[in-house]
Amino acid sequence: MTAPSGIVPAIEVNDLTVAYRDRPVLWDLDLTVPSGILMAVVGPNGAGKTTLIKAILGLIEPAAGQVLVQGKPYRRQRHLLAYVPQRGSVDWDFPTSVLDVVMMGRYGALGWIKRPGSRERELAMQALEKVGMTDLARRQISQLSGGQQQRVFLARALVQDARIYLMDEPFQGVDAKTERAIVTVLQELRDTGNTVIAVHHALQTVPEYFDWVTLLNVRLIATGPVKEAFTESNIRLAYSGRVPFLPAGGDGDDAAADAPWLAALR
Amino acid sequence: MQDAGRLLHDLFFDYTLRTVALGAMALGTVSGTLGAFAVLRKQSLLGDAISHAALPGIVLAFMLTGAKDPLILVLGAAIAGWIGTLMVMWIVRQSRLPEDSALGIVLSVFFGIGLVLLTYVQREPTAAQAGLNTFLFGQAATLVVEDVLVIAGLGSIALALVALFWKEFKLLSFDREFGGSLGIGMRRVDVLLTSILVVAIVIGLQTVGVVLMSAMVVAPAAAARQWTDSLGVMVVLSAAFGALSGVTGAVASSTTTGIPTGPTIVLAVTLVVVVSLALAPRRGLVWEWIRHRRNQRQVRTGAILTDLYALASQHADRAHGHPVAVLEAMGAKRGGVRRTLDVLQAQGLAKQEADDSWSLTVEGARAARAVIARHEGGDE
Repeated sequence: MTAPSGIVPAIEVNDLTVAYRDRPVLWDLDLTVPSGILMAVVGPNGAGKTTLIKAILGLIEPAAGQVLVQGKPYRRQRHLLAYVPQRGSVDWDFPTSVLDVVMMGRYGALGWIKRPGSRERELAMQALEKVGMTDLARRQISQLSGGQQQRVFLARALVQDARIYLMDEPFQGVDAKTERAIVTVLQELRDTGNTVIAVHHALQTVPEYFDWVTLLNVRLIATGPVKEAFTESNIRLAYSGRVPFLPAGGDGDDAAADAPWLAALR
Repeated sequence: MQDAGRLLHDLFFDYTLRTVALGAMALGTVSGTLGAFAVLRKQSLLGDAISHAALPGIVLAFMLTGAKDPLILVLGAAIAGWIGTLMVMWIVRQSRLPEDSALGIVLSVFFGIGLVLLTYVQREPTAAQAGLNTFLFGQAATLVVEDVLVIAGLGSIALALVALFWKEFKLLSFDREFGGSLGIGMRRVDVLLTSILVVAIVIGLQTVGVVLMSAMVVAPAAAARQWTDSLGVMVVLSAAFGALSGVTGAVASSTTTGIPTGPTIVLAVTLVVVVSLALAPRRGLVWEWIRHRRNQRQVRTGAILTDLYALASQHADRAHGHPVAVLEAMGAKRGGVRRTLDVLQAQGLAKQEADDSWSLTVEGARAARAVIARHEGGDE
């Protein structure tokens, strides 16, 4: 586990309250995210995980409270933040290519009107290489599998060349192999001094993938190093007793049958 | 044939026809371009609301100035169209009504007010208002050079803005939230694009009419989407389809007396849409149908293969034959089992053991396992 480095925290959330109409989604949240960690945000559906990510990015106007990015309001720190939205938030039938989508990560640095050029293309290809998708750069995005879509979004965040990466369910709908590949990229980001915050659903992989965790259920339940904060009582508190823990393993080959000639096939 | 040659001659040398054709081409190009973004943003109905909402603006502009200056009428239409759009956004934000309801309300209320005003104006004894009602269904034959200049001038500005803010419009259309996270003011981009859409619509109203103008926004773009997977190509194609159907429809209505232009343009653009929906490679319905048939065949062979596998795995002897009747029963009395078995035999996956009983080959067992793995593996 990497020790949190730096004195200024990557993200500091003070008294954050967000409400949709009259329903509070986040209630009086205080959260300090140290620099250089890989943090999971977990909690049941409707716990406000996505809302927290969006509030940090300034995409949602909070009812109260403030967010500081490396000690300053996010408005002046946007270039430090990269964002991976939920895969389902866009129409993948949009007429564009993988490379084009990844280059969108440079639009913020380009500013208004200026078009992406060869430099942007080069950076996008480098990012695609990191997620193992260079051969699909020209592909139309509707022809991608779920795991490939997720990696395109990850590459788009990588070209932003940020310090803090905010990801909304980066493992949603991906197969085991892609999940490993994405985890490797996230850990590399962390190991090179960046901060990664990811909304995560599979509780059983939290200790394996992450070194820091925030448990959320409208209010903050717990936050800290996985070993300290990811306790059974905290999980129970966050999920109101209904813990969706799955038994480890048990993923055997059901096609295994009695006939001896079948065994020879494998 | 002679008629066609005559028409072509007139298109270039007849003053009226040339004016009509140029005007229709310009408006078709602009509405096609902006329509591509509207369709991709799933805002097809917004075009309909804007064009209907523009009617009271046109009549009010005439009532206030007493003249039919094209620029002033277009300005009135644009202001009313904009107010209509803002009201849709306001209703969606303030109430719990879904967007399509808000669009429906604004569309019908504004159009109703427009019709009342139009009826009122037409009762005036002066002749100045004559021709205002062509804004309902459009009349390309009424276009004069000043009208075409207004269409071309405003249209050029609209196209230039699209070229200038191409990157921003693309980002807005594909992933607005991500754009917001980059610090690009997506609300401003939205306002800009919607304003250009309003301009694209109001410059077409005299020619196409408020009732059917939305077809010029939606149809060329929907047709263009069929042929390409690139935004740039789609926009250019959509503009070309818009220009083509605009000219065709406008000329057809101008050379025949008494037919309003809106309907003839819609007929022309419908033809483009039908051809595109049916024949476009990959997305076209014909290709879809061929693919569907191929898939069906694949599913059928896959099902028989896995059924045979299930039967075989209960027997110690792989070559044990299984009757066709059992396979038929397993698939809820499906037909064509024999035919599918023949196909499998030809592929070396199944073998006929006796008259009516079949077994899997080793290759067939492998193939069956692959099918099963594919079903369990999901989309990867």
